[in-house]
Amino acid sequence: MSNVIRIKKGLNINMIGEAEKTIKELTTDQFAIKPTDFIGVFPKLLVAEGDQVKAGSPLFMDKYRENILFTSPVSGTIQEIKRGAKRVLLEVRILSDGKDEAVDFGQSDPLKLDKAAVTEKLLASGIWPMLRQRPYSVIANPADEPKAIFISTFDSAPLAPDNDLIVHGQGDAFQKGLDALTRLTKGKVHLNLDAGSTQSKVFANSKGVQINKFAGPHPAGNVGVQINKIDPINKGEVVWYLYPQDVITIGKLFMTGNYVANKVIALTGPEVLKPAYYKTKIGARLQAFVKDNVTNVEKRFISGNVLTGNKLEADSYIGFYAGQITVIKEGNYHEFFGWALPGFGKFSFSRSFPSFLFKNRKYALDTNLHGGHRALVMTGQFEKVFPFDIYPTQLLKAIMAEDIDKMENLGIYEVDEEDFALCEVIDTSKTNIQEIVRKGLDLMRKEMS
Amino acid sequence: MKFLRDFLDKQKPQFEKGGRFEKLHSTFDAFETFLFVPDKVTTTGAHFRDAIDLKRTMSVVIIAMLPALLFGIWNVGYQHFLSLGQSPGFWPIIFYGLLKVLPIVIVSYVAGLGAEFIFAQSRGHEVNEGYLVSGMLIPLVMPVDIPLWMVAVASIFAVVIGKETFGGTGMNVFNPALLARAFVFFAYPAKITGDAIWIGGLSKAEGVVDGFSGATPLSYAASGAMDKLPPMSDLFFGFVPGSIGETSKLAIIIGAVILIATGIGSWRIILSSILGGISMSLIFNLFAANEYMKLDPMTQIMMGSFLFGTVFMATDPVTASQTNRGKWIYGFLVGFFAIMIRVFNPAYPEGTMLAILLMNAFAPLIDFYVVEANIKKRLKRASLGLKPLKQN
Repeated sequence: MSNVIRIKKGLNINMIGEAEKTIKELTTDQFAIKPTDFIGVFPKLLVAEGDQVKAGSPLFMDKYRENILFTSPVSGTIQEIKRGAKRVLLEVRILSDGKDEAVDFGQSDPLKLDKAAVTEKLLASGIWPMLRQRPYSVIANPADEPKAIFISTFDSAPLAPDNDLIVHGQGDAFQKGLDALTRLTKGKVHLNLDAGSTQSKVFANSKGVQINKFAGPHPAGNVGVQINKIDPINKGEVVWYLYPQDVITIGKLFMTGNYVANKVIALTGPEVLKPAYYKTKIGARLQAFVKDNVTNVEKRFISGNVLTGNKLEADSYIGFYAGQITVIKEGNYHEFFGWALPGFGKFSFSRSFPSFLFKNRKYALDTNLHGGHRALVMTGQFEKVFPFDIYPTQLLKAIMAEDIDKMENLGIYEVDEEDFALCEVIDTSKTNIQEIVRKGLDLMRKEMS
Repeated sequence: MKFLRDFLDKQKPQFEKGGRFEKLHSTFDAFETFLFVPDKVTTTGAHFRDAIDLKRTMSVVIIAMLPALLFGIWNVGYQHFLSLGQSPGFWPIIFYGLLKVLPIVIVSYVAGLGAEFIFAQSRGHEVNEGYLVSGMLIPLVMPVDIPLWMVAVASIFAVVIGKETFGGTGMNVFNPALLARAFVFFAYPAKITGDAIWIGGLSKAEGVVDGFSGATPLSYAASGAMDKLPPMSDLFFGFVPGSIGETSKLAIIIGAVILIATGIGSWRIILSSILGGISMSLIFNLFAANEYMKLDPMTQIMMGSFLFGTVFMATDPVTASQTNRGKWIYGFLVGFFAIMIRVFNPAYPEGTMLAILLMNAFAPLIDFYVVEANIKKRLKRASLGLKPLKQN
């Protein structure tokens, strides 16, 4: 049971700007839920500007799955409904009144409820969107019968937050959340620990779940890799997954009857002056984190990590799923003979730069592409950082050719964009691989529905 | 370098849409990105990228070929003066070598890159770096007395027919440099076979020492004159006639080490080709129907262009198999067929070129079966995996 599963292929990227292990309170009264965070959701607005809401009051729902609600993380007033081009709903902004009034969904012991009752509670409170499914990485379908539920308790991405620190002292809520999850599947709930670094008793003492241990470089912490190693997804099967902080939110729902949208966010990156953890609610305003705490260069704010996160505008809000903000420099500079010089201090997975001699060096990465887009020329590179029994190049080409059968045969159900992030980073041809994978997943979802 | 940057920034608008030299955009872009890594930033996906790009990759390959080129230059001079019965010292040898080799390199680059630029221009895309390597490979696989116009025609053929008709770098089926050689081989056989062409000036036969034949080790072997084969040390260090870059195995091994250490050349292909060559030689040893078949594997590997081909040509990632398992099979067969063709083909003493071109054609098929095995495995898992679920 506690056999360690070793991931051999992969790459840890060391960056400057790791968050100091102290949790500070974030002071802000501005929050927003962004429909664009939810892949495949067509939002139907349920509130208007000026409406009063409580924590747990619905803001919008999915037009095609009306039982999936998205609710307010705080109590207060709807400050603004921001729309973009073609009136696409971008943000529902809420001004918190600081009272933390909440809708009461009723306390209960999840172990005494059946699947339908647990599902209904999660749907009504707006916590359900935290549960996502593989394949496609979209919000789970409540009507589905998942063959297992996966929780990765560690994140191996660059500057990832330390979940041990975040869940400290929340063992009861975490266990309660797990109890609720066990009602949702006839299969197992897998709790995946890092064999080396996971120390927290909160994870190790969990009951009613299967505990698996993983070791190895990133993407060992990606749930996709873990599913692939433990219980790979075949055609027609569905696996659900969520993050440890979401489990606590679920636990608190059953303990208090309220949607407690607490979230600890790690503010990280080379351009942050004092990287640290902040306790806040889901969807907090970016400026509340970075005001007076970043350098003066032209920066990129990322909701999430540098591999898979989303670019944030300066006046935007952190994403629903993100547990991390990363701030790096924009790399819009020309570099004289950059490809020909030895390039000390540059990050490269290839051994054509001297960086491979300095394994523990920490990098202040920026957004420069370091080259132009080319056709896929090099081979055998992706395989070094892609720990699946899948041929990455062939799958990518099948996606580009929109060959549905081939995509299916080559294992598209088992992967997600984030699993290809390292391939994208090391790609000599500078192909936007995650975008291609997303297109493939969207195409498959359309074909299969 | 600020003034250079400022200069480029000032000129740039003229080459962009609506500018005076709009049609020369690709050319400008090629020179600009040669001087400066562009200021492009990531737009989707991962927010940072590896420092490596195709220019870096290609320049590593060129560095790996430099030892072979430098030795080739020296050897051209050395063989020339040997045929005259002279030994004039290091610098005259190098001078003669440069005089013969540099024009071939320049013609190959000018002709090939010219074709490449015209194509990029007419299609409006960026100039690809692939030819930087092909342009260096072509001179290295040519005999020193090849007429320059032939080099030019072959280079243009390689770019136009070998690469651009398939869609450019990354899409071609056959290795362009080998295609250039095959073109000369089939179009002008007299200029690439025989004994006289491997040594500079020998075809004119002025002042040549009596009895000096200029035959390569392979042509001795093909005629069964095993006693005339040069000693192993000459084969290894390369003091023998042959194509410009192929003779010194030491220089090629240095190149192989650079390619493997940087991870840019596939060690799987290099290793499996050598294994394939050894296997075929051993099989020949087993039957040993003639003198050539009796030749030991070590000599077979050290002769001709076998090592040069496996290190610099078979490893071309575009035309080789793309899967790791496929690379083992592909490489093994390259080595296997190279020795087989060399021994059995009476028309031409070397087999490496034809073996690699043959396997280039089969590489996609090998990949197809490797990937098919993965697909079957997945389908099998799916049919097994569903049963326990149904029982529950």
